[in-house]
Amino acid sequence: MANETSLPTSTQEVFPTQVPETGMFISLGPQHPSTHGVLRVAITTDGELVTSAQPDLGYLHRATEKLAEKRTYPQIIVLTDRLDYLAAMTNNWSYCLAVEKLLGVAIPERADYLRIIVGELQRIASHCVFLGTYGIDIGAFTPFLVAFGRERERILDLFEEICGARLTYNYIRIGGVMADSPEGWEAKVRQFVKEMYGRIDEYDTLLTYNPIFMDRTKDIGKMSQEMAVAWGITGPNLRATGFKADVRKDDPYGLYAKMNFDIPVGKQGDCWERYCVRVQEMRESLKIIEQALNALQPGETMGKIPKTFRVPAGEGYGHLEAPRGDLGFYIVSDGSPSPYRMHIRPPSFVNLQVLQVLLKGWKISDVIAILGSIDIVLGEVDR
Amino acid sequence: MLEIGPFLSKAFQALQALVVGYGMPPLGAWILAKAIQAGIIVLLVSLVPMVLVYAERKVSAFMQARLGPMNVGPYGIFQTLADGIKLMFKEDIIPIGADRLAHTLAPMVAVAPVFVCFAPVPFGKGLVPIDLDIGVLFIFAISGISTIGILMAGWGSGNKFSMLGGLRGAAQLVSYEIPRVLSVVPVLMLYGTQSLRGIAAGQQGLWHGFLPRWFIFYPFVGQLAFLIFLIASVAETNRTPFDIPEAESELVAGFHTEFSGLKFALFFLAEYAYVFLSSAMAVALFFGGGDGFTAQGWFPSWIWFMGKTFAIVFLFLWFRWTFPRLRVDRLMQFCWKFLLPWAIVNIGVAGLMILLRK
Repeated sequence: MANETSLPTSTQEVFPTQVPETGMFISLGPQHPSTHGVLRVAITTDGELVTSAQPDLGYLHRATEKLAEKRTYPQIIVLTDRLDYLAAMTNNWSYCLAVEKLLGVAIPERADYLRIIVGELQRIASHCVFLGTYGIDIGAFTPFLVAFGRERERILDLFEEICGARLTYNYIRIGGVMADSPEGWEAKVRQFVKEMYGRIDEYDTLLTYNPIFMDRTKDIGKMSQEMAVAWGITGPNLRATGFKADVRKDDPYGLYAKMNFDIPVGKQGDCWERYCVRVQEMRESLKIIEQALNALQPGETMGKIPKTFRVPAGEGYGHLEAPRGDLGFYIVSDGSPSPYRMHIRPPSFVNLQVLQVLLKGWKISDVIAILGSIDIVLGEVDR
Repeated sequence: MLEIGPFLSKAFQALQALVVGYGMPPLGAWILAKAIQAGIIVLLVSLVPMVLVYAERKVSAFMQARLGPMNVGPYGIFQTLADGIKLMFKEDIIPIGADRLAHTLAPMVAVAPVFVCFAPVPFGKGLVPIDLDIGVLFIFAISGISTIGILMAGWGSGNKFSMLGGLRGAAQLVSYEIPRVLSVVPVLMLYGTQSLRGIAAGQQGLWHGFLPRWFIFYPFVGQLAFLIFLIASVAETNRTPFDIPEAESELVAGFHTEFSGLKFALFFLAEYAYVFLSSAMAVALFFGGGDGFTAQGWFPSWIWFMGKTFAIVFLFLWFRWTFPRLRVDRLMQFCWKFLLPWAIVNIGVAGLMILLRK
């Protein structure tokens, strides 16, 4: 069942309208502690076994794509902050990549390195949230307050220093970045990176290799490579199946081509590997930040771009490796100050779909483990 | 010294003599004395959870690089009191789909036995409310009633999550009761009594002049029995890593999802009171009760007893903030395939030891 790669043929098949004759119908969410936002998963169970599961979304829909059609290009960056609110930096960046492709503007080197630094810091911060909340899903409370309350807080402090905001940054702008790093910021990042290696080892002892945690997550929610590719899974979830795909390597953007790092992959795509790939990625991100800091030279942080500008008519697609996968922005411009159409390819939304086949046949406790390991952010799913 | 046991027994004797002097039959006087003692116990058992909740918050805070409650009173010591007052004034909500009788009765059924369970606990020299000669069995038997309360709460709430929690709770508590009882059997075999006071008294003194004669220091048997007892006790009190009936991330709050206000507080009280009871039992069974390291003792026995009890309570708290939660089927496997066989092996080894001694 878990290897099923074909799409369900009818709504009836995935969304039961009737309570099954034997068993129970559980509406997991929209208010439930471990749906990570306002997601509803309609589950039918036979005892503790899940016979069908269907994610039901739309509770957080804000019509971002439509709103973008009535705003000028720089104003849209603010909207992108609100998509994946745990990784606003990469959202900004991805959008700017798309617009910059249309504009054909050159980015100063310093701005590009700063983008890499904040982007990778953002990845670590986002994975810290994943690690903490996943710990809570499995029942371990302490990793949450350690990863979320200690390390992520440090990163947010760094972001606050560089752009004044802690959650919705609006830092990466079309043509560069909003502001240069303040004095002493780089040294602080270096200090953080140095300490963070030890912190990740600490997470390993706290959670990763905890026997109970491994018992709960190993061999649970296995996803085959074919299944992952068929459902369009990207990011750590895909890499956990052993498929080596990373936009930073496959389609390098910014200055990632110059960076030297590995892509951690798993073997069988179970929950533990999905988790483990993310922890490994945090280490790789630290390596990238170190390299970027070493290469960082003083200089301009904003390209030559006028205050108000018109984007030439045409299409632009920018995508990058966001913490949750391949995040893309597709923009169609008709030459007016605002885009004719903007489409977002949110990794969380695509990753979420697989739940309907992934959850089948597991126990209710495993549902939580699998749901958590997919790592969705509902702000991005519903847009 | 500060031994309050003899002083209290004298006071109660004086009280009984006084009321008998006023014409009360001796039996009535005895009942009056016991009623006052019971009142003291109930008060103590109600107050201990408040201390434990505060301790839990502070311990978890220190393990998680934060401060915990700091605002209400110095170092937030009145936080629990404030929470208690808040819970008292909260609206008591009974869901429409709930079985009103079961829903109302459940917290009481869950919390009432725990007070009774403290009757045979030897808090120190002369501080045994009632020295039952079946003390251990009595505690196991009475504390089992709380399971019914959990089942009633799960069933009576009219909520699927609650029902799953209640059923899981019942299965878990019944299962873990068995290794828990069996782990205590070696202790009973060795001391030949079921009275907790008798067992604690049997562990007085020193081996070779330095090692206390506590049961935990018996090679193999002592440690294994204590480990099984501790693990089963954590499961019995529904605490992480065995908090399956409440499993926050899966079942919202399990069997007490639909409870608010004072009813919720009663479940809370029951949980912490059982933690305290299990720790107190462990101290009486494995750590010599109120026995200090020296013959005379640097402190009175009740301080020793409380100190050791809170040390074991700390273990409970430590577990909770360190371990993730087991899955329900693995939990059962752990009980039946690991704890139970080892508990039986332990009984065999203890029997062999007693035979060899003779």
